Amino acid sequence: MGALMVIFSLQPKQRSKTRDSVEDELELSAVRHRPEGLEQLEAQTRFSRKELQILYRGFKNECPSGVVNEETFKDIYSQFFPQGDASTYAHFLFNAFDTDHNGSVSFEDFVMGLSILLRGTIQEKLNWAFNLYDINKDGYITKEEMLDIMKAIYDMMGKCTYPVLKEETPRQHVEVFFQKMDKNKDGVVTIDEFIDCCQNDENIMRSMHLFENVL
Amino acid sequence: MAAGVAAWLPFARAAAIGWMPVANLPMPVAPTEKNKRQDELIILNVSGRRFETWRNTLDRYPDTLLGSSEKEFFYNEETKEYFFDRDPDVFRSILNFYRTGKLHYPRYECISSYEEELAFFGIIPEIIGDCCYEEYKDRKRENAERLMDDQEDNKDAKLPNMTFRETMWRAFENPHTSTMALVFYYVTGFFIAVSVITNVVETVPCGSSPNQKEVPCGERYTVAFFCMDTACVMIFTVEYLMRLFAAPSRYRFMRSVMSIIDVVAILPYYIGLVMTDNEDVSGAFVTLRVFRVFRIFKFSRHSQGLRILGYTLKSCASELGFLLFSLTMAIIIFATVMFYAEKGSSSSKFTSIPASFWYTIVTMTTLGYGDMVPKTIAGKIFGSICSLSGVLVIALPVPVIVSNFSRIYHQNQRADKRRAQKVQKARLARIRITKTEGSNAFLHSKRNGLFNEALEFTNSTEEEQRLSKSTSLLESQHHHLLHCLEKTTNHEFVDEQYYQQSYLEAGLQNYPSRSPSLSSQDGVTGTCCSRRSKKHHTPLPNASAPAHMQPLTHTHTHQQGLQELSTIHIQTLNILPAMMLKFCNQFSSQITTAIISIPTPPVTTPEGDAHLPAAPTHQNVVKVSAL
Repeated sequence: MGALMVIFSLQPKQRSKTRDSVEDELELSAVRHRPEGLEQLEAQTRFSRKELQILYRGFKNECPSGVVNEETFKDIYSQFFPQGDASTYAHFLFNAFDTDHNGSVSFEDFVMGLSILLRGTIQEKLNWAFNLYDINKDGYITKEEMLDIMKAIYDMMGKCTYPVLKEETPRQHVEVFFQKMDKNKDGVVTIDEFIDCCQNDENIMRSMHLFENVL
Repeated sequence: MAAGVAAWLPFARAAAIGWMPVANLPMPVAPTEKNKRQDELIILNVSGRRFETWRNTLDRYPDTLLGSSEKEFFYNEETKEYFFDRDPDVFRSILNFYRTGKLHYPRYECISSYEEELAFFGIIPEIIGDCCYEEYKDRKRENAERLMDDQEDNKDAKLPNMTFRETMWRAFENPHTSTMALVFYYVTGFFIAVSVITNVVETVPCGSSPNQKEVPCGERYTVAFFCMDTACVMIFTVEYLMRLFAAPSRYRFMRSVMSIIDVVAILPYYIGLVMTDNEDVSGAFVTLRVFRVFRIFKFSRHSQGLRILGYTLKSCASELGFLLFSLTMAIIIFATVMFYAEKGSSSSKFTSIPASFWYTIVTMTTLGYGDMVPKTIAGKIFGSICSLSGVLVIALPVPVIVSNFSRIYHQNQRADKRRAQKVQKARLARIRITKTEGSNAFLHSKRNGLFNEALEFTNSTEEEQRLSKSTSLLESQHHHLLHCLEKTTNHEFVDEQYYQQSYLEAGLQNYPSRSPSLSSQDGVTGTCCSRRSKKHHTPLPNASAPAHMQPLTHTHTHQQGLQELSTIHIQTLNILPAMMLKFCNQFSSQITTAIISIPTPPVTTPEGDAHLPAAPTHQNVVKVSAL
């Protein structure tokens, strides 16, 4: 009997805890974000008005609150790669888009990033790519950072690949990359080495122009 | 790929620039958007109510009516809108499906009309979102049951040829089917009642001869009671034997609860007949007579309510068990306390803890007989606590059991829910299949892409156009994205089956032994070869088939397709029509890895493609050199 009474007295506490978390959730979802006006965005990016409209509609459809947090971002990105696990790469991408590092990507961040990627100069694109690879944003790409990125990319392939993915494939790929990029063999790749090397590589130059006509 | 994120495809493609510096191979060409249209509004006129949406929204699901060219059949030239003569209310849900990617089932809507609309617009009901799926399934089940009931009624009316045995069984189970069955039903009910009343009256004291004490009627009118008992038992035995004879599965019948009750009801009589009037066993015999009271349970065949009650008690067994357990705990605690509290007082009835059990039970259930009463103050205090807590403990589980009773209907449907679980598995399987369609679609389009390029060389533009239309622009862009990833990592997407194969064979690492496994698909080559050459003249009919949601047949064609992939290789190397030779030369330069990476058996080199002999050792290396 006493045990039962103790159990009953415990119950209300738990209920109040859940009530708190519900309120927390309500607060979070109440955070909304309205982007700057169309004209400002038009001025800041290289998109036309119509393109911005299309982009915003798609953006808002998927994220009604106006900001993307990392979970949603990973979710969305993973849907494009059904066979593999895109969450690690999405994490890096998120950090690359979230320029002010506040944990969420607003429409402005989104559109700025896209503007660089789709309409930027080669320099800007390479800059962006460097920024993506440089995980701790210290200006150097180390082998560990590159290995993380490489593993993330290979994760997106999933398990069912041909030839079968081996453990050391990402590492080998990183070696090849460093051989190509690291001119002074100091174990890190700086932004200048990176841009220099990419500009001399025909393949990379050509592929940078690949997505010009997206949107 | 979920269509809801179709709008983010440009973002995903832009983000692919992040792979470029890492890739060692050149990227494939991006699909160009021929006759790129500005996104336009489409007006859908559904029975007068106009819905407007973007064309892109509808294009998200190309295998439904609105997403495909099938809607052109409904295009009205004068008013420049698409007219559908369907229910506008249901259409709301359907259009929302395109907009949000989730299909909802409105509760007020009739299930069959909803399903008809879904079928008309080419949407499978399995993709109803989880929020509404439960409701949908419940309604569907109710509907199906109603239909089944109707069918059963009809079935009962007319059944030409059933064996005598089956007729009997049906008569037993459904007494309302024939008058004979009804008569039997009432007769047995009457005799059950008679038997029970007899048992009861037997023990009533029945008037006495003046010098003797009162005797129960049973002993006074022994013969009469014996005759009645005999008659009842005879009827019951006959009934049991007839049921046993008519039962479709005798073993199952004998194991069922009702038959056990029947047996227990009539057994005492026979045992009594067999046993002599021995003094020793007569005590046991009297005990056996108690089992005669089980005849009353035979009424449950006659009463639906009793059956439901029994079934509910069975299903509430766990709750009842817990109630019993907690009660036992409380009884033991209070009995112990009372015993030690009353130990001191003289002439206490609380002689031991088990003796206190009786007091505790009587007090907790607020019966309070008063045969055992605490005398010490401590005893009285604890006694009052005991009775107060008894009220609580007894009152608590009762609502639980009541709510269980109120769930009787759903409890009865447990069997259906178990069936529904199988359906749930089937539903999940269908959804998984349509999801893998997405990834399989890519693999398919890769093969088709090869074919596409082959066709380009023959300058057969109409076929090429037909092919390119079959995959929507969105899909081709998505496939291009996946293709870029393949190039970046220098590995390919393959499907599960092929992966298993190659994984096993990679372990073997024995190239010549592979050729038999490849050529063992010769049986397929014959058909595939003819199919392929036929395809050369008529464009692939099922290039878009993967994109359609045809779940089960699709996986089959897909497997065939993959075999076809390898057989294409064999074709080019073994049996070579001149055309294929030309193609081989032309597009082997672009052949991806998909073909060359099957290590070539040494037999088949003479076709003189400089690239192929480089095939054997490293598949990776081949890819680089082939390009």
